[in-house]
Amino acid sequence: MTFMIEVKDLRKSFGDQQVLRGVDIAVPQGQIYALLGPNGAGKTTLINILTTLVAADGGSARIAGYDVAAESGKVKQSISLTGQFAAVDEMLSAEENLQMMCRLSGMRSAEAKRRTAELLGQFDLIAAAGKRVKTYSGGMRRRVDLAISLVASRPVLFLDEPTTGLDTVSRRALWDIIERLKASGMTIFLTTQYLEEADQLADRIGVINGGRLVAEGTAAELKARIGGEVIELTNEREQWSRTISTTGSAQDIGRILNGLAASLPPDTQVTIRRPSMDDVFIALTQQPSEVSVS
Amino acid sequence: MNKSLSPLSPPSYAATNAVFIRRSLTLSLRNTESLMMSIILPVMLMLLFTYVFGGAIAPEGDYANYVVPGIILLCAGYGAATTAVDVSTDMTNGIIDRFRTMPIRSLSVVTGHVAASLARNLVATGVVIGVALLVGFRPTGSFPEWLAALGVIVLFILTLTWLYAAIGLVAGSPSAASGYGFILLFLPYLSSAFVPIETMPHWLRGVASHQPITPLIETIRGLLLGTPIGDYAWIGAAWCAGLIAIAFVWCGFAFKKRAGRR
Repeated sequence: MTFMIEVKDLRKSFGDQQVLRGVDIAVPQGQIYALLGPNGAGKTTLINILTTLVAADGGSARIAGYDVAAESGKVKQSISLTGQFAAVDEMLSAEENLQMMCRLSGMRSAEAKRRTAELLGQFDLIAAAGKRVKTYSGGMRRRVDLAISLVASRPVLFLDEPTTGLDTVSRRALWDIIERLKASGMTIFLTTQYLEEADQLADRIGVINGGRLVAEGTAAELKARIGGEVIELTNEREQWSRTISTTGSAQDIGRILNGLAASLPPDTQVTIRRPSMDDVFIALTQQPSEVSVS
Repeated sequence: MNKSLSPLSPPSYAATNAVFIRRSLTLSLRNTESLMMSIILPVMLMLLFTYVFGGAIAPEGDYANYVVPGIILLCAGYGAATTAVDVSTDMTNGIIDRFRTMPIRSLSVVTGHVAASLARNLVATGVVIGVALLVGFRPTGSFPEWLAALGVIVLFILTLTWLYAAIGLVAGSPSAASGYGFILLFLPYLSSAFVPIETMPHWLRGVASHQPITPLIETIRGLLLGTPIGDYAWIGAAWCAGLIAIAFVWCGFAFKKRAGRR
């Protein structure tokens, strides 16, 4: 199997802070890999290293067979990046943004025009093509951003939190596009904070926390590790909450609640729900983060 | 979706620069408010100096002739200061990461801003000279002397703009860049732009005579009004060449350093 992305024991520190503490990842050609993690887990740093923006301190990373440090020129010809913040010129229109990127990718004027028209069509941007990006909605901006990443048809695409801040409709539209890209043979590496997104899109999911991969597998494998459902106990009067994984069966839920009933204050509320990102973390890292209280 | 998978060869250095220059020019034109300010402010300053301070500084009423060369340089300074903000804006939002991950020489994004600054400033300079003629500026320079003066102005704009570009690269945010940039705007006031150096306190004369603005202003004055130039032309050119070299190296260095930090 050829790996389009191959990361071995990658390390990076900023000052005393170790951001990546030895990460190993391998993504075969044509697959989507989702890196799941909270803010500050090291997701963006990893993307920055893989896209040649930042140099690693140790370990190695190869994209399409090229070393990101030694052969950054070749790597740049194999990748495109859609960063966390929309990288478009707001004072230019979608059409102008796309044409500029086509020219920067080495196209001649006629070819740039043709490719721009093609991408505007594919990303449903024809109606707004001539308006300044400043006037676009969040979802439209993200589409322009993604369209720009596809100008030169590079084999590996990096998406850093592609749907953060988007509404549900825009998010689903973007997921469709990402799936179509995968179908066309691209290898896609994306980071996300949403379990659902990784679940929906990825062939393989890596969970990163504190600079380490704490779990890796398919969506089904990860869910199996934390059980099918989560029991959440909340006591508003005493202002605490806690979560317990369960298989979701009547027997398992009964067993857990029976075991706890005697020790719980009588006004404690019980809810049963699908596991969230936070639950994955608690289960996988045994290290409750502050978000679990909310 | 992947029709053109044949790898494109990266654009040439010249083509990359052309794209970025066009980008910066377009952005400048669309940023109407900033463009208007870079023209109106110098004109207002010139009117202020000519009509408000002029009577006190030169009661015989020939102040316009004295002050216009200084105003031209001051105007270039204001226009160039925007470059620091433009460069810093590019460095702090996501677009620079995109350029950096493309197989191009991404420092060209700064070259684009410098070229746009030159264009903006030349327009503003033209307006300032036009208004100056209306308020009593009576240059005596011949056509070649005007061309030479234009050369000095272009050199000065490029020098300041590259310095501002470097400031934009090292500043933490666009507003910080704008703040740092303000310091450079003081230089013309500490020169022979508005009052002859001999009228300044002794300790200040040293500062005023050993900074780039004075030789440049005296050169322009000489070219347009026929005052003696002496060594000022060479001293001014040497200042500009030296500063451009420093700013250029500084830009390259700051650009790389910034890449490692983010």
